[in-house]
Amino acid sequence: MGLLVKDKQVVVPGDVLADDLGFIPGFGTYRNNNNLVCSRLGLVNVEGKVLKIIPLSGKYLPRRNDIVIARVFDILMAGWRVDINSPYSAVLSSKETAEYIERNDDLSKHFDLDEYLVCKVTNVTSQNLIDVSTRDQGLRKLRGGRIIRVNTHKVPRIIGKKGSMVSMIKQASNCRIIVGQNGLVWIDGEPDKENIAVNAIRKIEVESHMSGLTDRMKTYLEETTGVKISLSEGGDYNGLQ
Amino acid sequence: MDYNKRIDGRDFDELRPIEAKAGVIKKADGSAYFRMGNTVAYAAVYGPREMFPKFQQDPKKAVLRCNYNMMPFSGAGERVRPGPSRRSKEISAVTSNALVSVVDLYDSPNAVVDVYIELPMTDAGSRCCGINAAAIALADAGIPMRDLVSAVAVGFAGNKVIVDLNYEEEHLPDYVEGLDEKDVADIPVAIIPSTGEITLLQMDGIVDKATVISALNKARTAAMKVNEVQKNALREKFATQVNGDNGFE
Repeated sequence: MGLLVKDKQVVVPGDVLADDLGFIPGFGTYRNNNNLVCSRLGLVNVEGKVLKIIPLSGKYLPRRNDIVIARVFDILMAGWRVDINSPYSAVLSSKETAEYIERNDDLSKHFDLDEYLVCKVTNVTSQNLIDVSTRDQGLRKLRGGRIIRVNTHKVPRIIGKKGSMVSMIKQASNCRIIVGQNGLVWIDGEPDKENIAVNAIRKIEVESHMSGLTDRMKTYLEETTGVKISLSEGGDYNGLQ
Repeated sequence: MDYNKRIDGRDFDELRPIEAKAGVIKKADGSAYFRMGNTVAYAAVYGPREMFPKFQQDPKKAVLRCNYNMMPFSGAGERVRPGPSRRSKEISAVTSNALVSVVDLYDSPNAVVDVYIELPMTDAGSRCCGINAAAIALADAGIPMRDLVSAVAVGFAGNKVIVDLNYEEEHLPDYVEGLDEKDVADIPVAIIPSTGEITLLQMDGIVDKATVISALNKARTAAMKVNEVQKNALREKFATQVNGDNGFE
């Protein structure tokens, strides 16, 4: 029989994806005797002989070098504890900030409780202890704007290839936008324009698993704003700007 | 005394009408609705999230914590006293045991996955209904699991094996003349469909070995029907998402 599913089909745990040994189990699948079985709710991705699942739901688990948006919720002896919308909180050490902090300085002068930061995940241990840093270029405290939460598994769709999707939304709404890998999105601009960006992101979240997303979003944004959008894959996208 | 016709007119191996829906609670990480006849269960999954109290953390894997709760006016008889009871604590524990062997929690050490099962209306088979709802909700929450779990109650009444008992059948001696307490039994079973492993097996009544075996075989076929409904509920959720209707304004 071989392959029992189509590429990009919705599969649920327990679904048999293939019933011979000719296929290789990838992420979200396992082998049970001769069967290749699904273990995550998601879309199957058939890449030659490798079958993997693209998950549609689940919590954010941090990986090194992810750009995330974090909320400060505790101040420690030498740093801050931040909420990164994951089951585990992260620590931002006072040595990992852009500016130099004196030894006995009041840390709340730099980052206070409930402030939002863009930061980078620098280390994740096997027990999921997480370190973040604001030392790199563009990493900083977020002032003004608004923050919305999206499904973390849709973040790659919202960013697009080399940031093409998010740059399209920026063009149409004239807002500054930062998309955190953890599903928090910061949008700053005129209130009406911010709404355009929010609606566009919500639309991507809902429609991301149908093909032709970029073209549909382009027409949608042009129709709602009346701005002509030029598609650009502007160089290396680092998640910020 | 024989039990020749079921009280509600079903065939002996016919399930009550089943209905399932995934993603019914917006704020939960995963949720489901499951109905078997007049028994309704809602399950909500939160997590993996930080485990409190901290001493219950497991540094090797996340903990699965289930909570089964019958709402005060869910039964046909007297009001159920709200809050945990001896019965609900036991059912919470057996529900956790029924589900824990399918979920893979090794990705999130020290965390907890909370499953809340609420029953607004009950008519026997509530633990099975709760397990069925919880399995859908766990998958919906994106928890890695090797399969769903499908549960159904089978039973025995006057020389007949019956599937998916309702309230009257659980208390048959009160409803059918000539049937005695020792002629009836109720066996809730939870099964992992792909392997046929049994993760929950309880029994209320007295039966012989041959009857239990034939009842378990009937449970297997019935559980496969339940499993099909569970899987369709999950697929349907994402089919409606494609049409752009998932609760967003």
